[in-house]
Amino acid sequence: MTDLFEFKNNNETNNAAPPKSNVPEFSVGDLALSLKRTLEENFGHVRVRGELSRVSIAGSGHMYTSLKDDQALIDAVCWKGVLNRLSVRPEEGLEVIVTGKISSYPKSSKYQLVIESMELAGEGALLKMLEERKKKLAAEGLFDQGRKKRLPFVPNVIGVVTSPTGAVIRDILHRLQDRFPRHVIVWPVLVQGTGAAEQVARAIEGFDSLPDNGPITKPDLIIVARGGGSLEDLMPFNEEIVARAIATCKTPIISAVGHETDTTLADYAADYRAPTPTAAAEVAVPHRRDLMAQILDDKKRLLNGLNRLLNESRHKLEAQGARLGDPSRLLENKVQNTDFLGQKLEQVFKNFIQTKDAQLQRTAARITHPRHQIDQANQRLQNWSDQLLKTRTRLTEKKLDQLNSYARLLDSLSYEKILKRGYVVVRDTNDKPISDPNAISDAQDLQLEFADNKRVHVQSQ
Amino acid sequence: MNAATPVETLSFEDALGELEGIVKTLETGQTKLEDSIGQYERGIALKNHCEKKLREAQAKIEKITVGSDGSVSTAPLDPPQ
Repeated sequence: MTDLFEFKNNNETNNAAPPKSNVPEFSVGDLALSLKRTLEENFGHVRVRGELSRVSIAGSGHMYTSLKDDQALIDAVCWKGVLNRLSVRPEEGLEVIVTGKISSYPKSSKYQLVIESMELAGEGALLKMLEERKKKLAAEGLFDQGRKKRLPFVPNVIGVVTSPTGAVIRDILHRLQDRFPRHVIVWPVLVQGTGAAEQVARAIEGFDSLPDNGPITKPDLIIVARGGGSLEDLMPFNEEIVARAIATCKTPIISAVGHETDTTLADYAADYRAPTPTAAAEVAVPHRRDLMAQILDDKKRLLNGLNRLLNESRHKLEAQGARLGDPSRLLENKVQNTDFLGQKLEQVFKNFIQTKDAQLQRTAARITHPRHQIDQANQRLQNWSDQLLKTRTRLTEKKLDQLNSYARLLDSLSYEKILKRGYVVVRDTNDKPISDPNAISDAQDLQLEFADNKRVHVQSQ
Repeated sequence: MNAATPVETLSFEDALGELEGIVKTLETGQTKLEDSIGQYERGIALKNHCEKKLREAQAKIEKITVGSDGSVSTAPLDPPQ
């Protein structure tokens, strides 16, 4: 109600304005200055949340920008001296909470926010900013694996960029002492808050630019370390200046920032990211005891290797020697071969002779002595003559028998024989046998002949 | 690894690497006998060199001090307890 009433009142007052004499008349300059004063009095200390827009740093070193949200936009300026101390590096699109005052620039009467400090608007905004920064640096190739340098196996001098007090340096030194004591040079830096990023970057560049043979031995390994903390605490190690210093450093760098779960842009840029400072020391140097053991083992293997080689060579030699053979044995073999062949030769020769002998025997058997031939001829002659003799006898006997038979036949056929059987031969007086009975006349004398030539004269009647 | 490099000039890592190489070569038994003796001798020299390097290891802790003119110098740092 009161507001309404006052509003009405104001309206009435305004409505009652037309008589101009009641209103004081300002010069433009007065009004501008008055406005400026009013603004600075009423808005002398404000905290404004918004997104940075149109960030530009003029040649003078002052930064001109705007803060905006989805409804409005306010110009803002950050003087050079303040800009360098800001814990946040202003970037386009960054969501920030800015502390400062509203003022106006009388020459144009445009009001602006004069930034005195700046912080990121919450973790989400911070992470978003980091993500974008990371993308940007990655696109430049700062995190490329190809850029990563190999860490020395055993560094001679280790440069440590960290706070000279506190647990971090103590942890690193202790772990180094345990594993492999080394020459350590600490470059003390602020590890959080305003200016920390610049100090860290400068320390890295400082180590890297030490002359090789200067009074200070140049480290051949750098450890950039910081203990755990909030995201804001770790911010220096997310700054571009640190990431770039690490990426361009020619000396190999191990980063160990925060706890294991924290990963800063420094970690991405480093050649090796150790989860903790202690782990960084472990990565930096091998365990001396292990190396000692390894060397002892190597020595043993060296000796064994040589011994085995010698043994193998000896065995090979012996084996080859054995294969070479005993010369006398070789000779024995030869002798045996000769003996064998000799025996064989003898045997073959004997067989040959025997064969030939048999042949000779066979052939010789076919040759006969002349005497033998004569004997044989005699024999044959004898045979034949015997044969002949036998034949002759047989022939004569045969003839004799024939003769005898003929004789007997003749005998039997003789007239005397007939006479003996009673027959007579009739004959005439002239002694002539009469065979024809008709030829006999009655008056004729006959003679009868009987056997044994007995004759009887028969006279006619 | 160049066998002609004097052992004394080798870094620990190079010496150890060469020692390992010699050990492996000898273990394969592929080496010529004369070479193997040379290798053994060099292996022993490398081993002694490595041991010496390991014995020499000692802590020395310094702190960088940046002067007003930007020059750097070192001073011993007492390790924080």
